[in-house]
Amino acid sequence: MPLDVYLNVAISGLLTGLVYGLMALGLSCIFGVVRIVNFAHGEMMTAAMYIAVVLFQAFGLDPLIAMVPIAAVLFVFGYALQRGVINSFVTRPESTQFLLMIAIAIIIVNALLITFGPDARGVQTSYAYDSYALGPLIVDATKLYAAVAAILVAAALFGFFRFTLTGTAIRACADNHTGALVVGLDVRHLYALTFGLGAACVGAAGSMLVLLVDVTPALGPAYTLLAFIIVITGGLGSMGGALVGGVLIGLTEAIAGLVFTPSAKSMFSFAILVLVLLFRPVGILGRTAR
Amino acid sequence: MTLLSIKGVSKRFRGLTAVDRVDLDVASGEIWGVIGPNGAGKTTLFNMIAGQLSPDAGSIELAGRSIHGLSPDVICRLGIGRTFQLVRPFRGLSVEDNVIVGSLLRHAKVGDARERAHELLRRVDLYAKRGQIAASLTLPDRKRLEVARALATGPKLLLLDEVMAGLRPTEADRMVAALRELNRDTGMTIVLIEHVMRAVMALANQILVLHHGAAIARGRPETVVRLPAVIESYLGTDALA
Amino acid sequence: MRALTRDLSRRSIVLLAALLAVLLALPLVANDYQITVLVLILYLAYVGQAWNIMMGFAGLLSLGHALYVGLAAYLSGLLFKDYGISPWLGLLAAIPLSASAGAMISFLAFRFRVTGVYFAILTIAFAEFARIGFDHLAIVNGSGGLFLPVAQNPRSDLWLLRGPPTMFYYVILAATVVAALLSRALLGSRIGYFWLAIREDEQAARATGIDTFRYKTAAVVISAGVTAFAGVFYAFYYNNLFPEQVFNISRSIELIIGPIIGGLGTLFGPVVGAFLLTGLSELLTGTLAALGFDLPGARQVLYGSCLLLVILVLPGGVWPFLARRLRLDGGRR
Repeated sequence: MPLDVYLNVAISGLLTGLVYGLMALGLSCIFGVVRIVNFAHGEMMTAAMYIAVVLFQAFGLDPLIAMVPIAAVLFVFGYALQRGVINSFVTRPESTQFLLMIAIAIIIVNALLITFGPDARGVQTSYAYDSYALGPLIVDATKLYAAVAAILVAAALFGFFRFTLTGTAIRACADNHTGALVVGLDVRHLYALTFGLGAACVGAAGSMLVLLVDVTPALGPAYTLLAFIIVITGGLGSMGGALVGGVLIGLTEAIAGLVFTPSAKSMFSFAILVLVLLFRPVGILGRTAR
Repeated sequence: MTLLSIKGVSKRFRGLTAVDRVDLDVASGEIWGVIGPNGAGKTTLFNMIAGQLSPDAGSIELAGRSIHGLSPDVICRLGIGRTFQLVRPFRGLSVEDNVIVGSLLRHAKVGDARERAHELLRRVDLYAKRGQIAASLTLPDRKRLEVARALATGPKLLLLDEVMAGLRPTEADRMVAALRELNRDTGMTIVLIEHVMRAVMALANQILVLHHGAAIARGRPETVVRLPAVIESYLGTDALA
Repeated sequence: MRALTRDLSRRSIVLLAALLAVLLALPLVANDYQITVLVLILYLAYVGQAWNIMMGFAGLLSLGHALYVGLAAYLSGLLFKDYGISPWLGLLAAIPLSASAGAMISFLAFRFRVTGVYFAILTIAFAEFARIGFDHLAIVNGSGGLFLPVAQNPRSDLWLLRGPPTMFYYVILAATVVAALLSRALLGSRIGYFWLAIREDEQAARATGIDTFRYKTAAVVISAGVTAFAGVFYAFYYNNLFPEQVFNISRSIELIIGPIIGGLGTLFGPVVGAFLLTGLSELLTGTLAALGFDLPGARQVLYGSCLLLVILVLPGGVWPFLARRLRLDGGRR
């Protein structure tokens, strides 16, 4: 196959990977700070995708614009969930927390199934078939815009954590829970805020992804797994790692889909996951000590 | 006969030297007390003997056989039983079952293991509470349980890590009496880390003093506690009163 | 027998015997549909018990148990379809296959110290691997599905497991009883004690001389091997296998909800859980149908809600709560 086919596929994978990275970023935030393994992550994103579809079909609202209200809605959901339910679980064994999120995931997915049915729904924007030509490369407009949006949101998040007072406070909680309590930080609120932000990331990622992929309820578990693969590969708790992981997985899937059959592409992602879990569980950019 | 032989054992954690070239020879039947200020490296030393940590340098031999770098369960099977500084009973299991887990190491049949467990529970005065769930026990009882569980594994050497901490004087005296009896009846070799000096003085025939990871003194209790270095680093002049 | 009934109170033995009698007699009064529901309940109870060995006893969370079901189902199904080999003989091949898969996963996991949530994710990864892999496996017809030849006559053939639902009912009932007895025997044995110790505190267990690697692996292997029967049953009961369905993660999750709701680590937890869940879900679908709704996904929402409820309110599960109420517990766990 000619080189530019590979390159095009690679670029496509890279751009999609950035959106995956944003989704995984949310998961990384949540785990890095609140230390909850959010098994409902993909399901939350699927819900966001459906909201985007509904808004588009009802109001003609472009998903990239709808991204803002959707992220807000998911922020509120995440905040409420953490504050209301998950907070009381912080002291329970890990497996119980995991199961809690599994229960929530099951409910979300099937509620979506009941509401929307199993058939795929998509969004057809005016620029859906546009593309840009950069020499021999052809880049889909939708993928480009989605990727740019993902980078912007990620940058905003980085900036928040790095430069704002609240962001620093959150990092303090992650670093030393007891210490944070001792200096008077409202840890419960900050945890809820973080979960909310993670959920908002997922919401934003969902509105971007709906430009690239049609949504069905079955995507929920699939994306949860994908998010975990990305986050573990890139480094659980490392925000940069989530993006790196996302791009890596996006690329791998794209190339694997080209070289082998498209349906087998996730096998490679799983293979990477197994290898990382065995040989470098902290991930590419993960920190070893805690 | 030397049961435990530790030569030049060291452990470093990045920049910090937790244990610095410590030597120790424990003869069979002896009771050694290991004392020193917090952070002196006592528990780290225990962790290396019992296998939770591996020494960076030096050798550790049990009855002439090197146990350097072996895993904790292998070392336990070879004959070293230990208790933890922060007790770790099997919380969801009953007192009896906790000890049975230990005695199953030496008894293949559950029935035999249970009988042995009962014997040991009687020895540490927990027989009456054998049906209680471990999580519901008071701290002194949990300590006794952990000793019983360690004993159930049929050790030649017992490592006790601050087993008196948190006990009231009367409870500590009872524990001391039980340990002394154990040593007298079975010849059990004991090494204990302790801060409660009255227990150390009552039990130990030899004392090792650690400070900043290094052994600064060793010998008979009466002698060691009068050494200026020991008084300065750990005991304080009031302790001699 | 003494060992098995030790520390079960008089009351519970009587109740158990009564329950068994009822279960044996049920097909006489139930219609075909009700029997299929009962078969499902017992199937979930069986598989739940097998899973419970790993999780409830040894504390190892497996979210990819469908792997063991699927491997056994496909192997025994294939042997029957292509060579006419009886499922009972197929079982003899399926058990080692599933057990080996378990051995491989546990070796990799424990050798490389993969624990807790990471272990669970690893088990998911392997099941997904199998799902996608089998989709492309020509010998089992990939995503096209493997179909077992169905007998024309309605006679019961126990050897080939061809027959009416009632036959399958008694087979799975027998299996569930055997699994219960096996669990009980394991729990009271040396290995059972070691598993509980590992579940409670792995480090303390090692300090008490337990070779945790060995016994954790044993838990996984035994659990996988016991699960194999469920796979064989599945193949011969449904007569069609699709990788997408058999290895699906929702299968894996479905089979753990029963034991969790019923009570992890207890003997009757999985059985109680299976009855409760399936009973409730039948009630739900029945009510919805009566109201004129047909909502795919409603059952699952129910399952998720029950799971949520139990986790929030009755973390130990329904059975321990019930047992205390009915004053049935003479047992230590």
